[in-house]
Amino acid sequence: MVATAPAQVVYKRPEFLTEVATHYCPGCTHGIAHRLIAEVIDEMGVREHTIGVAPVGCSVFAYNYFDCDFVEAAHGRAPAMATGIKRVLPDRIVFTYQGDGDLASIGMAEIVHAAARGENITVIFINNAIYGMTGGQMAPTTLPGQKTTSSPNGRDVETMGFPIRMSEILATMDGAGYVVRRSLHDPKNIRLTKKAIRIAFEVQKRGLGFSMVELLSTCPTNWGVPPREALQWVEEHMVPYYPLNDFKVAPTVAGLKF
Amino acid sequence: MARELLEGNLAMAEAAVRAGVQAYFGYPITPQTEVLEHMSHRMPELGRVFLQAESEVAAVNMVYGAACTGARVMSSSSSPGVSLMMEGLSYIAGTEIPAVLIDVVRGGPGLGNIAPSQGDYNQIVHGGGHGDYHNIVLAPASVQEAIDLVVLAFDLAEKYRVITVVLADGSIGQMMEPAEFPPMRPVKTVYPDWAVRGAQGRNRRVLSSIYLQPEEEEITNYRMLSNWNYIKANEVRYREYYLEDAEYVVIGFGTAGRVSLSAVRAARAEGIKVGLLRPITISPFPDARIAELAQQAHAFLVVEMNTGQMLDDVRLAAGGKLPVEFYGRLGGIVPFPDEILGEITRLTSEPLTVGGDPRLSWMKRFVPGS
Repeated sequence: MVATAPAQVVYKRPEFLTEVATHYCPGCTHGIAHRLIAEVIDEMGVREHTIGVAPVGCSVFAYNYFDCDFVEAAHGRAPAMATGIKRVLPDRIVFTYQGDGDLASIGMAEIVHAAARGENITVIFINNAIYGMTGGQMAPTTLPGQKTTSSPNGRDVETMGFPIRMSEILATMDGAGYVVRRSLHDPKNIRLTKKAIRIAFEVQKRGLGFSMVELLSTCPTNWGVPPREALQWVEEHMVPYYPLNDFKVAPTVAGLKF
Repeated sequence: MARELLEGNLAMAEAAVRAGVQAYFGYPITPQTEVLEHMSHRMPELGRVFLQAESEVAAVNMVYGAACTGARVMSSSSSPGVSLMMEGLSYIAGTEIPAVLIDVVRGGPGLGNIAPSQGDYNQIVHGGGHGDYHNIVLAPASVQEAIDLVVLAFDLAEKYRVITVVLADGSIGQMMEPAEFPPMRPVKTVYPDWAVRGAQGRNRRVLSSIYLQPEEEEITNYRMLSNWNYIKANEVRYREYYLEDAEYVVIGFGTAGRVSLSAVRAARAEGIKVGLLRPITISPFPDARIAELAQQAHAFLVVEMNTGQMLDDVRLAAGGKLPVEFYGRLGGIVPFPDEILGEITRLTSEPLTVGGDPRLSWMKRFVPGS
């Protein structure tokens, strides 16, 4: 007689994700990023104490997908709005979810000063090297030579400037407790990403300063390539320009146990 | 509470504290910086939030975030800084949440100067930010009135879920005169059912100004307009002086209204039947009262410290029933009572502007080469 173990649920939809289909394009890595955040919030058991700040960009509707209180910021201003919430409600978990146009272009002042002040907020920064929602224009993170609808002959750094490495910039801020870059292009890196997101939220929970996880992500639609090629493009082109690393791990964060 | 000699900016800041403001976000700009400075020590000492933002853009978005929690929140600035806040003000308006702003107006446009002006009337009263919305706008003419209106601003903002602006020209912010603070109100502990504070034991809430379906945006615009119509019907405030038998009516707000009162008193002493209407809510505008006075008076004289921004609202309310004349000082200059007295005297003795733009005859008389 063969003994059978009772069936166990080992994989399910995180409770922090609402039961709706997202509007994201097929193959886009926003879905993975959303799921990882949701798993972390579930594991930490802080859903009822969490307030999200949605950006302007493809993830403008993030508030439809996370089952917590949410506000919708003006373009680039999510860190300022999160600051307002966190200062009034310091015991809540406040996070922003921002793309590269939102965070690294129009919202540059707000993100730099939030980090400099050491605001106890967590920023999930989606870097896919392009403006997605408006249809594929050049972003501050667009790689040299990369073709977009507003750099049709490829980004010419002589006239259009150079891509901005946000994690490296923010790591120089004394107020930052945890600033790392991860990538969503394969399962190994997705697992590393989840760990980083957990640390970032734990940093906030303990009041150890500003935390940000930058995520190299895909945009198959606006890059004009199939999803699998998009993942390869991240690995072959983005990772060399945007190295995956821990750029700031404050001494108080290094020894975190949870 | 005893009367004290108080500077306008400090008085407005402390009035907000007394009204139970829980968070202040701002950026230094003359001539309102004393508001920020007062808050920088007063708020922390009371365990409340003070933050000097990196810009007015950030400050207003911090206000936006904090306002979403249902807390009493505010900012203060002066004209160029308020221009930078227009984005955030439009979002706050579109989200239908309360916030209070003090604008201590200075000469402009552009960098202008730091002298008292009323040049922000159109920016604050007729929009500024994009889209269809209205602010309640309160215009004090003394330090005491500034204190009282700051307290009222919070109550009105929360009652109607609209932005309420205290529009004080630079002289109100900078001058000192005796005034009395109200007693300290307790900070609120009960929050409205729309506030975003974490979904503990309830369904989640979302605060946003986005209505992607045009039909939903239209419904929202209707709702905001209905709210505004209710405010217009219930919250118009003004002060009247010597209007019972007035044949001539001077209309001015803030400092221009206050200086006009001195001129009206001097004219009365000369036997001229003149009175003053001083709008306190310049938005909603006292157009019904002005329409009534247009039936009674021979002529209006609008006095402002700008090129005639409220003038257009007065002319609309007057409906062409009588001549409307204009007198303004620009560039950060406050008129003297004698200048306005001269204009009142002229009303009674010279042919007046009937139809056409009253600014033209005003410029012809006062601006060489125009």
